[in-house]
Amino acid sequence: MSVDRSDIEKVAALSRLAIDNETAGQVAQKVNDILEMIDQMQAVDTDTVEPMTNPLDATQRLRADEVTELDQREAFQAIAPSTEAGLFLVPKVIE
Amino acid sequence: MNWETVIGLEVHVQLATKSKIFSGASTQFGAAPNTQASAVDLAMPGTLPVFNGEALRMAVKFGLAIGAEIGMRSAFDRKNYFYPDLPKGYQISQMDYPIVGRGHVDIGLADGSVKTIGVTRAHLEEDAGKSLHEDFHGSTGIDLNRAGTPLLEIVSEPDIRSAEQAVAYLKYIHSLIRYLEISDGDMSQGSMRCDVNISLRPAGQSEFGTRTEIKNVNSFRFVEKAIYVETERQRDILEDGGSIVQETRLYDADKNETRPMRSKEVANDYRYFPEPDLLPIVIDQKYIDSVQHDMPELPKQKVARFVEQYQLSDYDARLLASDRDTAEYFEQVSSASDDAKASANWVMGELAAQLNRDELSIVESRVSAEQLAVLIQRINDQTVSGKIAKTVFDALWQEDSKAAVRVDQIIDEQGLKQVSDSGAIEAMVDDVIANNPQQVENYRNSAEDKRKKMLGFFVGQVMKASQGKANPAQVNQLLNDKL
Repeated sequence: MSVDRSDIEKVAALSRLAIDNETAGQVAQKVNDILEMIDQMQAVDTDTVEPMTNPLDATQRLRADEVTELDQREAFQAIAPSTEAGLFLVPKVIE
Repeated sequence: MNWETVIGLEVHVQLATKSKIFSGASTQFGAAPNTQASAVDLAMPGTLPVFNGEALRMAVKFGLAIGAEIGMRSAFDRKNYFYPDLPKGYQISQMDYPIVGRGHVDIGLADGSVKTIGVTRAHLEEDAGKSLHEDFHGSTGIDLNRAGTPLLEIVSEPDIRSAEQAVAYLKYIHSLIRYLEISDGDMSQGSMRCDVNISLRPAGQSEFGTRTEIKNVNSFRFVEKAIYVETERQRDILEDGGSIVQETRLYDADKNETRPMRSKEVANDYRYFPEPDLLPIVIDQKYIDSVQHDMPELPKQKVARFVEQYQLSDYDARLLASDRDTAEYFEQVSSASDDAKASANWVMGELAAQLNRDELSIVESRVSAEQLAVLIQRINDQTVSGKIAKTVFDALWQEDSKAAVRVDQIIDEQGLKQVSDSGAIEAMVDDVIANNPQQVENYRNSAEDKRKKMLGFFVGQVMKASQGKANPAQVNQLLNDKL
């Protein structure tokens, strides 16, 4: 598997990252190097190995269903660029 | 050409936990904007999610109720997309290892048949916030109270073949989540939302056609209508030799049509990867047994019991058991009145009609189960006739007192007691016979088989004279004797 510049531009767009032409080409090269390494690793037989979802050998602890967080809207909105009537304001998302 | 409609449903159910799935903020509906959005819900740097054990228990409960495989080891993943009501830039969801695996539900159809619908999976995820696009002079307002509310997404197999089946499936899921008390299922508040996947194929063809997805249809009626119009739209295209574009569409209830979502609203590359902030969830058989132990009687089991215990028809039992509150009300009336059949008839008849008229749910009924039970007893001990009982019922409904003692008081106050005093009835019968000589003569000159019909006239006159309170059986008997 390999990627070209257009793949990089697409992922950058999805991730909201600005990337110029030249850099996109360099990143594509680096990503291809990584993919090549992954291709080598694919050769290892992992049929008997459970897929790992987390590197820690531990399992999730459960929280009791209790309301512990009280209203801190004022504090949170003090650092927001723009608010009105308790709402956070953002540039219009639907034209 | 004959087309077959193929439908799969994705149902999002808001779980009725007190706090959010990954934070200790309240999930209560209707609070002032952003007063229930904690640092975790706002994605403040340095915060970490902590998983709510109750959300897990509710999901497992649902899985057991549909006979599904439970994921003994499940895990969370990140579903990445940018939208202002999702501050983290990703939704925590489950992709590869959902908590609930393959299961099924059986739905009853109008023709009396039963159809099995496969459930592919059900997984836990967090809800997003709300965007308000009006009234903010060129800006969009964001309320993150809903962000982080636990959702169970229930994905069906493409086993559904019509709008009727889709609605029956949804109603079953709705009834089930309320029985299990894992959600209030209130569609008007968004507690249950539905995406419809729909495609057409020539009847008899085994491979599926290209499908479209209709997002966020929020009532049973709209699901039905959306399926009708989308089926029609796809059929028109296919019959003109065109092809269906795989896309996400919206149902517009005002225009009764579906239309494509703007491409900006659709992120179709979610780049899922394992959520590094949460460890795998591991449960054991002991945990499953404890959830199983708390399981209430399910709709299917209740229907079977109603048929067996109360000798109700399957149809009546299904109607009464479809809603947990209705089933409870019926059982209260039935055990207090000791007449299951009459209780079922009153609950499904007069009571249902009144509730419908006043747009009330059964827990808001203005006539209590205790009152209805006493009323049925008064019919059975012949204190009032069935017809007069409806008058009493209306009076109870009007005054909304809920007190059982009011039934007998109303009968007394309004003088509605059935007259069974044979002397009084006999006097009325004599009056009617004396005042209608022509009809009496006609009756006496008629053949036996015609008399039965003619007797109705006299019964009517006596009932009118008694203002409906004479015991009809006695009236009949006396008239027969005297004529």
